[in-house]
Amino acid sequence: MVKIVDAPEGYQGQGFFATSFDKVIGLARANSLWPLPFATSCCGIEFMATMGATYDLARFGSERMSFSPRQSDLLIVAGTISKKLGPVLKQVYDQMAEPKWVLSVGACASSGGIFDTYSVLQGIDHVIPVDVYVPGCPPRPEQIIEGVLKIQELAKNESLRRRDSPEYKKMLESYNIETIDK
Amino acid sequence: MSKTVEAYIEEISKDFLSIELSVDNYGMHNAFITKDEIYGVIEKLKEAGFNFLTDLTGSHYPENEGQEFQVVYHLHHFYNNLRIRLKVNLSKDDLEVPSVTDLYAGANWMERETFDFYGIQFSNHPNLNRILNVDDMDYHPMRKEFALEDETREDKEDKYFGR
Repeated sequence: MVKIVDAPEGYQGQGFFATSFDKVIGLARANSLWPLPFATSCCGIEFMATMGATYDLARFGSERMSFSPRQSDLLIVAGTISKKLGPVLKQVYDQMAEPKWVLSVGACASSGGIFDTYSVLQGIDHVIPVDVYVPGCPPRPEQIIEGVLKIQELAKNESLRRRDSPEYKKMLESYNIETIDK
Repeated sequence: MSKTVEAYIEEISKDFLSIELSVDNYGMHNAFITKDEIYGVIEKLKEAGFNFLTDLTGSHYPENEGQEFQVVYHLHHFYNNLRIRLKVNLSKDDLEVPSVTDLYAGANWMERETFDFYGIQFSNHPNLNRILNVDDMDYHPMRKEFALEDETREDKEDKYFGR
C-alpha cells in the first residue's frame, strides 16, 4: 500500500489549496532526505542494516544514498572519528550544500565513546555542528531510524530563513566554517 | 646442522665488543648493543643472511636512570630460519641512533613511527616526521609521563572515577 504524507495545514476550497511556503518546502525536504553515510566502524554496520530490507530506511524517503557530499542533505557520521580524520570530516561537511543536517550515530561519534585516548576525537561536535545524537554502542537500527525521524522533524519545522540568520552564521563561524554572504 | 645464532654473533663479536647475547625464556636470542655499534652490527648481520627486518620499535622505562629509552630491532634469517632481537639503550638526554633505512627500506616507516610515539631521533633518516598521529601534536604519546586519557574530554572528572 502506498502511504502518502498528510498535507500541511492550510485553506482549502473548490479547486485550490493555500498554505505557507515554509510548510510545503519543509514537507518536501523532510520526506526526501538524501543521506551521506560517513561510516567508519561497527555503527556503520548497524547503519547498513538500517538501510537493508529488514529495517528499510527507504520507507521514510531516504533510500537514495548520496556518496557525493554536494548532492546530499544529511550527513550520517557512524563510528569512531580519529583526530587525523577530523579535518576530512570537516571538509566533507563544507562541501555539502545548504540546507544540511548532521546525525551523529553512536557513542564514539557523539563523545569519543570508550576511546578516551590521545588519537581519537572526543565527539564530532568539536569539528562540525550536530543536529541529532543517537546514543548506543552501537545503536540498534530502530534507534538510527528514530534519529532520522528526529531530523525529519527538524527539517519539517525549520524556517526558510533560518540558514540566513546571524545566529546560524555565528554558530558556523564558531566552528571556523566559512559562510557566504548573499 | 645449520649455523646457530650464537655462531653468527661469535663471528662478529671481535669487531663489536659491546654485544651481550642472552636467550630469553621463550628461546629468543636477545642482544644488547651500544648505539655506536648498532649500525655496524646490523650491517654485518644483514651480510650474513639476516635479510629481513621483522620489526623496529621503541620502549620507555622511566625508572631506569640513564637508560630510559630503548630501540628494539627484530631480525630474521630466512635461509636458516633464525631470529634475533637487538636492543639499544638510550639516555633521555641523547635520543639519537643511526637510521637503518639504507640497509632495510622497510625501516623507513617503522623509524618514523618510533619517532612519532617516543621522540627517538634517527640520524640520516630521509624523512623523519610524524606518520600516525596528527601533524600538530606537540608530544610523543607513548612516553609514560603522558596520561593515556585525552585531555580535551570535558565529561570526565576525577570524582566520577573515585580518584
